Amino acid sequence: MDWGAIFSNSVVWIINPETIAYALATVGLAIHFGYGGLLNFGQAGFMALGAYGYAISILTFGFPWWAGILVGIAASVVFALILGIPTLRLRADYLAIATIALAETVRLLFQTTAFDAVTNSADGLGGYHESFRAANPIPKGTYGFGPFTYNETDWWVRIFGIFLLAVALLITWLLMRSPWGRVLKGIREDEDAVRALGKNVFSYKMQALILGGVFGSLGGVVFALPSAVIPGAYVPSLTFFLWTVLLLGGAATIFGPVVGSVLFWVIMAFLSNLLPRMVEAGLLPFMSNQQANIMRFVLIGLALMLIVIYRPQGLLGNKKELTFNAR
Amino acid sequence: MPADTNTTRSTGLHVGEIRPGVPKVDPIIVADNVTRSFGGLKAVDVDHVEIPRNAITALIGPNGAGKTTFFNLLTGFDKPDTGEWSFDGTSISGVPAFKTSRMGQVRTFQLTKSLAMLSVLENMKLGAKGQSGERFFTAMLPWLWRKQDDEIEQKALELLKRFKLDTKQDDFAASLSGGQRKLLEMARALMSDPTLVMLDEPMAGVNPALTQSLLDHILGLKADGMTVLFVEHDMQMVRHISDWVIVMAEGRIVAEGPPDDVMKNTAVIDAYLGSHMDTDLGVVTGRIETVATPKKEKKS
Amino acid sequence: MVPAQRSRSLVKRPIMLLFAVLLASMAFAMTAVTPAHADDVNTDKYQYVFSGNVKYNDKPLAGVEIDVSGNGYSATVKTDEKGQWSVGVPEKKKYDITLVESTLPKGVIVSQEGNDRLTISEKGATIEAEFGLTDSKSVNFFLGQGVRETVSFFDQFVSRAINGLNFGLMLALAAIGLSLVFGTTGIANFAHAEMVTFGALMALTFSVILVWPIWIAFPLAVILTGVLGWLQDVALWKPLRIRGLSIVQLMIVSIGFSLALRYVFQYFYGGRTYQLPDTGSKKIQLLGPIALSVTDMVSMGISIVMLLLVAYWLQRTKIGKATRAIADNSSLAATSGIDVDRVVRIVWIFGSALAGLSGILWAYFRPGIKWDMGWQILLLIFAAVVLGGLGTAYGALVGSIIVGLLVELSTLWIPSDVKYVGPFVVLIIVLLVRPQGLLGRRERIG
Repeated sequence: MDWGAIFSNSVVWIINPETIAYALATVGLAIHFGYGGLLNFGQAGFMALGAYGYAISILTFGFPWWAGILVGIAASVVFALILGIPTLRLRADYLAIATIALAETVRLLFQTTAFDAVTNSADGLGGYHESFRAANPIPKGTYGFGPFTYNETDWWVRIFGIFLLAVALLITWLLMRSPWGRVLKGIREDEDAVRALGKNVFSYKMQALILGGVFGSLGGVVFALPSAVIPGAYVPSLTFFLWTVLLLGGAATIFGPVVGSVLFWVIMAFLSNLLPRMVEAGLLPFMSNQQANIMRFVLIGLALMLIVIYRPQGLLGNKKELTFNAR
Repeated sequence: MPADTNTTRSTGLHVGEIRPGVPKVDPIIVADNVTRSFGGLKAVDVDHVEIPRNAITALIGPNGAGKTTFFNLLTGFDKPDTGEWSFDGTSISGVPAFKTSRMGQVRTFQLTKSLAMLSVLENMKLGAKGQSGERFFTAMLPWLWRKQDDEIEQKALELLKRFKLDTKQDDFAASLSGGQRKLLEMARALMSDPTLVMLDEPMAGVNPALTQSLLDHILGLKADGMTVLFVEHDMQMVRHISDWVIVMAEGRIVAEGPPDDVMKNTAVIDAYLGSHMDTDLGVVTGRIETVATPKKEKKS
Repeated sequence: MVPAQRSRSLVKRPIMLLFAVLLASMAFAMTAVTPAHADDVNTDKYQYVFSGNVKYNDKPLAGVEIDVSGNGYSATVKTDEKGQWSVGVPEKKKYDITLVESTLPKGVIVSQEGNDRLTISEKGATIEAEFGLTDSKSVNFFLGQGVRETVSFFDQFVSRAINGLNFGLMLALAAIGLSLVFGTTGIANFAHAEMVTFGALMALTFSVILVWPIWIAFPLAVILTGVLGWLQDVALWKPLRIRGLSIVQLMIVSIGFSLALRYVFQYFYGGRTYQLPDTGSKKIQLLGPIALSVTDMVSMGISIVMLLLVAYWLQRTKIGKATRAIADNSSLAATSGIDVDRVVRIVWIFGSALAGLSGILWAYFRPGIKWDMGWQILLLIFAAVVLGGLGTAYGALVGSIIVGLLVELSTLWIPSDVKYVGPFVVLIIVLLVRPQGLLGRRERIG
């Protein structure tokens, strides 16, 4: 077996745009769930709004790329308000079901043929890259070393994504060590107690929902930057993968989402390189190549179960600061 | 400091003949026609009640009398079917809980709500009002709130010392004992400099060693100029620290008056004997010994 | 399954067990097919191509619109001067090809004769087309003289309402299990979707792959789904309850379990759509605008009988009463001497079996069986359950029928590819004004 290729094909995922996008969206989830106790299962909806907001404002309205990002952010703020007003007063499991349903509504509206002229329905959108690439300060050429060798466009996407991620992490870090973060964590523990202390719990939950949603939409933008926007990508499974990433790293930690995302994608890439080769080498006689790929998703499901049961605080989390309080 | 209740007891709180709903000289809370029903059952049905200012008022009654529901209504944690009430002269009926708290009316809970995964000090600091660092954009700029946060921390440390929790300041609140959590919850409520402290069964589940300290603290609140309204089951405790007692049964206020008079009231005895003769009135729980009072008048 | 390990790994063991059951029952399954990917519409982009020729009296008709849709994909073409059209599709699957009759010359319609499997709708005539051995398939419509019959709004309303009722009844079968499991254990069980799929896949395995008669195959499939429910409780949920996981944790475990099971299904059955025997039988015109196929009628009959049995069970039997008592107040029920564990186990078994049955019925309604079919309606089931009131059996029934009607009737006004949006919007509105659901009690959401 070609271990060199397997290894290099896997490590490149450390800084792939998908990894960065997942990390960004998961930082948002960490604010929702890890710090605020909000069971948001609609993060894929926020990502879709970021991606479509970006692509549509460029393709249909001719906006520059940065304005496209702002449109994506604005869309996610509006969505957070629509999502939050009816649901933030509800118990955790109701919130989960309501958020997943609204995120699906968003996806179906992007996918329907009714708005084909703008969304291109199921086929999705592409070809919006010109403005972003024109802003690339890196001269033409190939840079990097070993498996991390990319042209100027690929580097620009990665560097910009990492920049956004760094900003999101900085904001999260600043907020969570502030009195604002203290109130949010208090709400996670017991919202009635915080209410009795004179804090407007609903307002804080809404602020958290909006902030995490904005990070989700930025994740969607980074997801869209290198390739295309396809509605089939923003299914509930995407949200579940983000939850796996979140719980893998540690829900109430600053760097947990980054660690989780890197691990998630590197392991996925490793398996997608390793398993087919094992099949070819006859080591997995009962499996076809496609089955080997499907196997990875079975493993994600099992991993999610095992983490929640055996290590709910994640890899970086403090055992004492579990985020699952019985409600 | 032994609880010398007799010297501090306030008298002359009411105006006119003592009866349920009697007007007070200086009421802090005035409630009218407050009702709340759960599926046909009227949990609270209060025609009129006034809570005297700068006094310790006990709200007693058998289980299911509607005491906690009434508490929840007054503090905005539950919505009534009908009714109006005011706090400090301002109507607060229908005002959400966080706003009544900001106006100076803080409460604690029957089942303690310490924030388990926050440290004791963080719990305390959360109680302070008007923190600029709790606003979203200011929060990201530490130099704008650092100074205020330090002041709050000083105040928190002083209160923790008073409540003898200062050695625990960096522990998670989850690691405290039940009684310590009650103390923490009370201390946290004081962080906001309230005018009215509403305690929902402050003694429930507290071990006898801490009872005395809790009683002293409640008396201390009054000495500091605050008004206390508390729900309690234990009649001995009620007798020792309260200036005024209001008795609820089946949602209604059946009697009120100074503690010694209320204990003799037949309506009260009926209310207790009617539903809970075995547990409530005059039952001497372990904690009473620490108050060191003669146990006469049991079943008066 | 090493007995020596039993004390250590509470979860690995149950999963192994489930795997073993799945492996055994799927051993006859066909090999995998590529998972679904929706993509572009062009013929040069996809290798699978539908094409055809539109002619009337041997003269080609230009500008006739043809819609191709299915499997989350849709495309529209117009015939050229030669009357020819072709459309590339992303998957080698079944698609609906619709000729838009309003684009035909006056007096010309798609004739009912000579066309195989033709359905006439407001829009036009639709043929369900499938690829054979090759990657291309020609689809031709036979045209004839005639006046287009437009179906009146009332007739459409009635026929869709009947469809919606049918859909609602099968949703109810699945929803009752979900709601009762929630009521008795507090788990919002996402893996319930996979019970729906499992029922259908087992029915497929026995009736199509093993070619057993359906009166053996289908009951066996339902029973096996019940067994899977029992295994789940014994091997996964009960140990986790004892371990003291919070309801949020349990919910996420169920999501992980749902993901894993779904891909296990895809592992064995691949990404294609299968059909049960006698799918798509002819519609019989009944009263006025009501037209139902025999399978529709049988399916509705089975749903109604099963729902009545469930109602009887809840209302009259000791276990049923105990179930309602636990859903109402679990700790009170436990202190009054009800064996909560036993009731919960029975709820898992029957809830899953009902879900499996609804999966078989839905396979006829959809039509087709696919590895993620249950997942496609899970949110509708949840919407139904929340609408009616989480934890209440009758609420689930009422909620399901509302959702079923909403889905089908909403297509009178909105495109059918967003028909699932209606229930979600209603769900949000209900949560806003009556969060406890239609039949739930206010205290529930405490």
